[in-house]
Amino acid sequence: MYSEKVMEHFTQPRNVGEIENADGVGEVGNAKCGDIMRMYLKIDGDVITDVKFKTFGCGSAIASSSMATELIKGKTLKEAMELTNKAVADALDGLPPVKMHCSVLAEQAIKSALVDYSKKSGVKIEGLEDVDFDDEHLHDLPENEEE
Amino acid sequence: MDKMIYMDHSATTPVKKEVLQEMLPYFSEFYGNPSSVYQLSSKSKLAIDKAREQVAKGIGAKKNEIYFTGGGSEADNWAIKGIAYRHREKGNHIITSKIEHHAVLHTCEYLQKQGFEVTYLDVDEYGMVRLEELEAAIKENTILISIMFANNEIGTIQPIKEIGQIARKHKVLFHTDAVQAVGSLRIDVNEMNIDLLSMSAHKLYGPKGVGALYIRQGTRIDPLIAGGAQERNKRAGTENIAGIVGTGKAVELAYDNLEENNRKLIALRERLIKGIQDKIPHVRLNGHPEKRLPGNVNFCFQFIEGEALLLSLDMVGVAGSSGSACTSGSLDPSHVLLSIGLPHEIAHGSLRLSLGLANTEEEVDYVVDQLTGIVDRLRMMSPLYDKIQGGI
Repeated sequence: MYSEKVMEHFTQPRNVGEIENADGVGEVGNAKCGDIMRMYLKIDGDVITDVKFKTFGCGSAIASSSMATELIKGKTLKEAMELTNKAVADALDGLPPVKMHCSVLAEQAIKSALVDYSKKSGVKIEGLEDVDFDDEHLHDLPENEEE
Repeated sequence: MDKMIYMDHSATTPVKKEVLQEMLPYFSEFYGNPSSVYQLSSKSKLAIDKAREQVAKGIGAKKNEIYFTGGGSEADNWAIKGIAYRHREKGNHIITSKIEHHAVLHTCEYLQKQGFEVTYLDVDEYGMVRLEELEAAIKENTILISIMFANNEIGTIQPIKEIGQIARKHKVLFHTDAVQAVGSLRIDVNEMNIDLLSMSAHKLYGPKGVGALYIRQGTRIDPLIAGGAQERNKRAGTENIAGIVGTGKAVELAYDNLEENNRKLIALRERLIKGIQDKIPHVRLNGHPEKRLPGNVNFCFQFIEGEALLLSLDMVGVAGSSGSACTSGSLDPSHVLLSIGLPHEIAHGSLRLSLGLANTEEEVDYVVDQLTGIVDRLRMMSPLYDKIQGGI
C-alpha cells in the first residue's frame, strides 16, 4: 500500500518534537477527521534553521510531516512558501490517492506556522494572505474509492 | 519472534487441514455436475447432501432448511431482499440495527431506494439492542427484523432468543446475520425462534466464497439469483461442491470441539485484555465485557490513530485490524464505534485483535509488550497527548 520511503519516514520520522520559544507554530487538521499536524519553526533572518513536528494521524500523515520538515529545514522563507503538497508526496515516492490529503495537511501546517511567525515578528511573507486553511474539502474522495 | 502472529480471525481464518483434505477430491476426481444423471455426478450430489446435514446439525435445523450460497454477504442480501420482495403486499417496513455489517446495512439502504421503510435501532454503550425499543418499533406493516447474532468489530452478542420471542409474538420474520457466531457460539434456530440465518465458511476455518442461508421451512422468499433448479429452485448456479464440502466439515469440527475451543479462546482473550489494561493507560475496552465473542478483543487507545498502530504492529509481525477511517478508505471511523457513543477522535484509535485456535499465551504476551512500546512511541509524537501531559 505504501512506498518504502513512506514506511521509512513513518518508522523513523525526522524532526519529531517541539521547539521551545519557537518563532512560529502552526496547527492544522482536527481530531474528528483523524489527523492533526503541529509544526514548530526556528527562524534566523530569512532562513528556517530548525523545524520540529507533532502529528496525530495515520502512517502517511506522520511520514508526510517528517518529509515536509526535511524539505524546508535550512531553506529560506520563500522556498518554504513554495513547497507544494505534490512535492511532499513526490519526495515520498507517491501516496495512495486517498492519502493525498496528508501531504496537503503538511503543506498547510508549514504555512500556518509561517503565518504565526509573520504575526509575531511583523515580517511580511509574500503569498501568505492567499492561503486557504479550510481543510474540510481536503477529504473529498473519488466516489469509487470506497472499500 | 520471526513468524507472523495472526490475530485477525474475525476477518478470515486459515482452512483447517482436515477441511482441506475433505475438499480436495471434489476438484479433479469427483468433479461431476450434480445436476447430471451419470454415476460421477451422484458423488457430488451425495457430498452436498452430507454437507447440508452437517451444517443443519450445527445450528439445530433440518437438512432441507439449509441453502448454500456464495458467502455470508450473499446470504444477507438474499434473506433481506428475498423477504422484502416476497412480502411486499403485506408490508414494507424492516427493522434492523445501526451496528449491522455493511452486507445488511447497504442492502437495507438499497431497499429504501426501492420504497421500503427501514428503522435502524440504536444500541447501548456495549452495542446491545434494547428489547423495548425493538418491540416499540414494530408496526402493522413490519415484515422483517434483521439483527446480527454477534458483532464483527466489538464482539457483542445480542439477546437473540429474546429478539426471536418478540418477533414471533408479533408474527414478524426474524433474520440474523450469524457470520461471526456460527462455529463460535451454540445456536439453536428453533429454541431461538430464528427464521433466517446467514453464515460464512471462511470465518470458521472453512474456505472462502461459500456460505449458507438457513430458511425456516414454510417461509416464503424470492430467490436472489435466478437460473437453474439448484438448491430446490431457490439459488441457481452449479454448486461449489468442494466449497460446500468444506463448509460442512468446518461446521462439524467447530461444533464437535466448541466448549474446549472456547475455554481456550476466552482464557487468551482475558489475558490479552488484562495485559493491555494493566500496561497501557488511557485505553477503553469496546463491547460488552462478558457477552462477547470468545476471541474478540477491541480497544481504543486515546491520542493515537488506528492505522499507524496497525502499521507498527505489522512491522513486528502482528496482524490485527482497526475501525479507523484511514483503514477503510472512508471519511468516518467505524459506524459501530460511533453507534456505541464514542467521539470521532477516540474511534479513530481503535484496534481489534481477534484470537484463533493457533494463538498462544506466549503470543499474547508478546503482543502486549510490543503494543506498550508502540502506543508510547505514537503518543510521544501526538499533539493530543502532550496537551494531556501538560494538564491543559
